[in-house]
Amino acid sequence: MATVEDYVARVEGTCGAEKDVIVTFKYEKKQEALTRILKRATLKNNLQGIIYELTFEDISFRVYSSGKAIFRSVKNREELNRILAALLL
Amino acid sequence: MFDPHVVREDFPILKRKVNDHPLIYFDNAATTQKPRQVIDAEREFYEEHNANVHRAVHTLSQEATDLHEGARKIIAGFIGAKEPAEVVFARGTTEAINLVAYSWGLRNLKAGDEILLSLMEHHSNIVPWEIVSKITGFTIKYANVKPDGTLDYTDLESKFSKNTKLACLSHVSNVSGIINDVKRVGKVAHEYGALMLVDGAQSVPHMPVDVRELDADFMAFSGHKMLGPTGIGVLYAKKVLLEKMAPFEGGGEMIKEVSFSPQNEQCGISWNDPPWKFEAGTPNIAGGIALAEAVNYLQNLGMSEVFQHEKALTGHAVEKMRNCCTKLELYGTTDASLKCGIIPFGVEGFSSHDVALFLDNYGIMIRSGFHCAQPLHQVFKLQSSARASFYIYNTKEEIDSLIEILKEMEQL
Repeated sequence: MATVEDYVARVEGTCGAEKDVIVTFKYEKKQEALTRILKRATLKNNLQGIIYELTFEDISFRVYSSGKAIFRSVKNREELNRILAALLL
Repeated sequence: MFDPHVVREDFPILKRKVNDHPLIYFDNAATTQKPRQVIDAEREFYEEHNANVHRAVHTLSQEATDLHEGARKIIAGFIGAKEPAEVVFARGTTEAINLVAYSWGLRNLKAGDEILLSLMEHHSNIVPWEIVSKITGFTIKYANVKPDGTLDYTDLESKFSKNTKLACLSHVSNVSGIINDVKRVGKVAHEYGALMLVDGAQSVPHMPVDVRELDADFMAFSGHKMLGPTGIGVLYAKKVLLEKMAPFEGGGEMIKEVSFSPQNEQCGISWNDPPWKFEAGTPNIAGGIALAEAVNYLQNLGMSEVFQHEKALTGHAVEKMRNCCTKLELYGTTDASLKCGIIPFGVEGFSSHDVALFLDNYGIMIRSGFHCAQPLHQVFKLQSSARASFYIYNTKEEIDSLIEILKEMEQL
């Protein structure tokens, strides 16, 4: 059975006062992750196919074609894992 | 004649592509790329001369020791130290400043004493002092930074007192690239009987720096920001200070003798002479040798030429960035004559990470975040910033590519 870890290489806090969380997808899974996320989240804006502005369950986040996502205002790692599972699995 | 296009040929990594675009590396304030000569020097040490330094009498150890101490001599000459003994090898700027904080600060700073820092310091020139101040009770005063990012010298000089024992200041800000007049501040420090520590992490790689001309008591810098490997850096200190300072770490290399007394069942220890007194354990031998090769490389180019090249790049970038986009904001002064190769900026509507990731898509590497200088971002009232920083292999054409992508970003 697939898990979030199958798709995610790293989760880190971004450097800066924003306290956002950056998710780096595994290189070989980034396209699949992007496709799944675009299918399940609500697309607010597509910036040249490089930055996608999305929302999911009132959480706004951005996905980048290079295989990263930045989530704003997620409460904690558990909530992030739950959202990632809902988006990816 | 300095030609970055010729310089680039020495850097294997600059031939690669990132995200299907030629690599444009503008994160040099974080770390620089390495020329073939430096990579070869490190490899050659391991292939031809590898052994531990000092004490062993065999041939390889003698060769390794000669190379290791020869590297120290080259680095001492590069920064104008009086003698190689004033060059202590450390892991980098951070460890070098920690060395001073613990070896000198812990024993010489007490309650009632004061030290002076500025609000533009890198965390590595703030945190060690905050830690030691909590132990011994001395006070830290922070000099203000003006809204344009320049140091408020009036405020700084007003904060000196008879209790000031040390002033610590970055020679070049790692966020704004602003060059500080550390000689002026050191002169005031000395008038008050205080010592002067210069964080040279962003100056030594980019401009001619002479510790005796600056009259710095301590200066710290990192090898990896000046073409050398990671894990090697330098603390320069006047020998008279090193002789009085206690060791930083204990272990092999840093002692002359450890003799056990059966009478009182204790070991009597005598310290080695500087600089070895501060280099416990096996040093980063290959790193030091490769750093010396990096120094040779920079000296062959000429540090004045390096400085002029970066000035020209900074001027070109500032001029273009000021005029290219309405949503692009340069943080701090736009007077390129006050700066050295570092440009902090933002794009309206995007976080610094958005900017960095957008540029990454085009093979352009810049930094985003606090750059380990959160207090300065508070001065600028910024959540974070994007930062482009240049070095010897960067070109005006690369800056033009950056501008083109930023223009595209503005249209999104």
